[in-house]
Amino acid sequence: MDIDFIANILFATIRMGTPLLIVAIGELVCEKSGVLNLGQEGMMLMGAVTGFMIAFHTDSLFIGFMGSVVAGALMALLFAVVTMHFYANQVATGLALTILGVGLSGFMGRSYVGEALTNIDFQIPLLSSIPFFGKVLFSHDVLVYISIGLAGAVYWFFKSTRAGLVVKAVGESPESAQSLGLSVLKVRYLAIVFGGAMAGLAGGYLSLIDTPLWAENMTAGRGWIALALVVFASWRVERVVFGAYLFGFMSIMHLVLQSFGLSVSSNLLATLPYVATVVVLVLLSRNQQRIKLFAPMSLGKSFHGAH
Amino acid sequence: MFAIRKYCLFKVLIVGLLSLGFSTIALAKNHDPLKVAFVYVGPTGDAGWTYAHDEARKYMVEQLGEKVKTTYVENVAEGADAERVITELARAGNKLIFTTSFGYMNPTLKVAKKFPDVKFEHASGYKRSKNVGTYFDRVYQGRYLTGMVAGLMTKSNLLGYVGSFPIPEVIRGINAFTLGARAVNPKAEVKVVWVSSWYDPGKESEAANTMINMGVDVVTQHTDSPGPINAAEKKGVYAVGYHSDMAVYGPKAHLTATEHNWGPLYTAKAQAVLDGTWKSEDVWGGLSDNALDLAPYNKAVPKHVRAIVDQSKSLIAEGKLHPFVGPIKDQSGEIKVPKGQRMSDSEMLGMKWYVEGVQGKLPK
Repeated sequence: MDIDFIANILFATIRMGTPLLIVAIGELVCEKSGVLNLGQEGMMLMGAVTGFMIAFHTDSLFIGFMGSVVAGALMALLFAVVTMHFYANQVATGLALTILGVGLSGFMGRSYVGEALTNIDFQIPLLSSIPFFGKVLFSHDVLVYISIGLAGAVYWFFKSTRAGLVVKAVGESPESAQSLGLSVLKVRYLAIVFGGAMAGLAGGYLSLIDTPLWAENMTAGRGWIALALVVFASWRVERVVFGAYLFGFMSIMHLVLQSFGLSVSSNLLATLPYVATVVVLVLLSRNQQRIKLFAPMSLGKSFHGAH
Repeated sequence: MFAIRKYCLFKVLIVGLLSLGFSTIALAKNHDPLKVAFVYVGPTGDAGWTYAHDEARKYMVEQLGEKVKTTYVENVAEGADAERVITELARAGNKLIFTTSFGYMNPTLKVAKKFPDVKFEHASGYKRSKNVGTYFDRVYQGRYLTGMVAGLMTKSNLLGYVGSFPIPEVIRGINAFTLGARAVNPKAEVKVVWVSSWYDPGKESEAANTMINMGVDVVTQHTDSPGPINAAEKKGVYAVGYHSDMAVYGPKAHLTATEHNWGPLYTAKAQAVLDGTWKSEDVWGGLSDNALDLAPYNKAVPKHVRAIVDQSKSLIAEGKLHPFVGPIKDQSGEIKVPKGQRMSDSEMLGMKWYVEGVQGKLPK
């Protein structure tokens, strides 16, 4: 096994983990504000199809990604209006959002099946033309670096900003937050829309960079995995990052071990990423007291306070 | 100007009236159009399996025109849900129903019992009844030929195969591909990676990447998305598609593909129902029946390669060449099919071993 080979595995690990990481970070912020949005899969698909459609016509990945983000955010906005103004159950609304996203994206993308992105500039202008560093750092997907940056920003946001504290307060006890004069609705709106934008971005990552094509249901359950990741990582950013890459690594190992000719059932190997990620994260967060510290207490409950 | 327009209008009116008259006569003869329904396991936009079936539906409509009226239901889960959907379609007056996934086998038979005057056609199954026929295409013929293309184009002599699940249908394809490659290049070997899914573009392309990193320079697949083609394009190696022409996803990589061609079969079946000659049978159509085909070659495929493959293609179509004819050895080198003997259909349908040249063990 040479160094190139290991580098390849690690590179693939990051590529597999990145979409999960982006969705999970968005959902984490949303859940920290006390809102459980199960619509990740639907928002991702809408992001994927919108991004692809726009990039297809504009020949620009950047504008495509903007489209992905906006599409995800709009879906989330719909969720926010329904759950916060009509007090609909968050779980049911989230599920409905997924169903809507699956159907609507399929409908929108119908005439884009069988199309491929060509003449697309994959590199960031200017930066990629820097010798050496341009090639090493900026010639493949920028989204990888953006996702790591985002995770870092969210970590810092919750750890050392007042705004982060406000979001946490709203997630813990919206009533107390309101009595302190904080606008629960405004905070939750922002958190939900941020979550949607991230899910859209992750969808765009799949349809624009990972496999530049549109096919119905192409997220293949990644939204659900990200949702589980947030819970198993007990709402901690660093663990979400770790979990996403661990899942990516194990998914790659499922494929690599087979190509070495390991004679273990491939179906059994396919469960590896799920089992490993759950076991590791559960072991990490076996301390009940500490879970309580990080879990938003009013997660999933509608807030009926005054507007 | 006015005169001309008036004249034109008059003519249109006459023609219209005449055709109306004719069509009434035609209708009186043929009654209402035959209602044909399709049940799909995936979305029609999957660019793979279901897409090929829906293209065939459109082909049938093109061929038979007013004589048929088609409907389809997509994303129907195999099992109880399928039974409900098929029942509804039968109740809605469809007289011919195509159920296009293996898992619809028992639901189809169950519903068929309740609707004896409705004809059913089930893809890839093996159970039939009075009003249920089965059909499939001899994909292995295409696999053999595309294996030849891959065997002639590889430089590393290492080919990659992205598999879904280790069932006989998929194993048969891997073996045919390997035999084809080794028929023209005895040094060629085939690596297999199972993704445990029929459809996951990201994972399929990652499986292809993994093999490419290990030296594979032609990848093919028995999964439903163009993911592997895409991966090959990005890495600058070759790929062979499946289900339909996937060249658009890898203009440089895509050498050719095994394409299903259900159109002629669907048209023939609908015509048979219209004529009252439909009977329950098992159709396993091959190149000779035009049930499958190879997608156009990439311009990277040189003339001599095309010549060799095209020749074998016509030999297979004429029945003079058979991919599974002995001597065929398994991985341990033991002769499984003696020299000159040809595997029977039922042996091919139950294939659960790798031929020599496939790397790794078959997962149990």
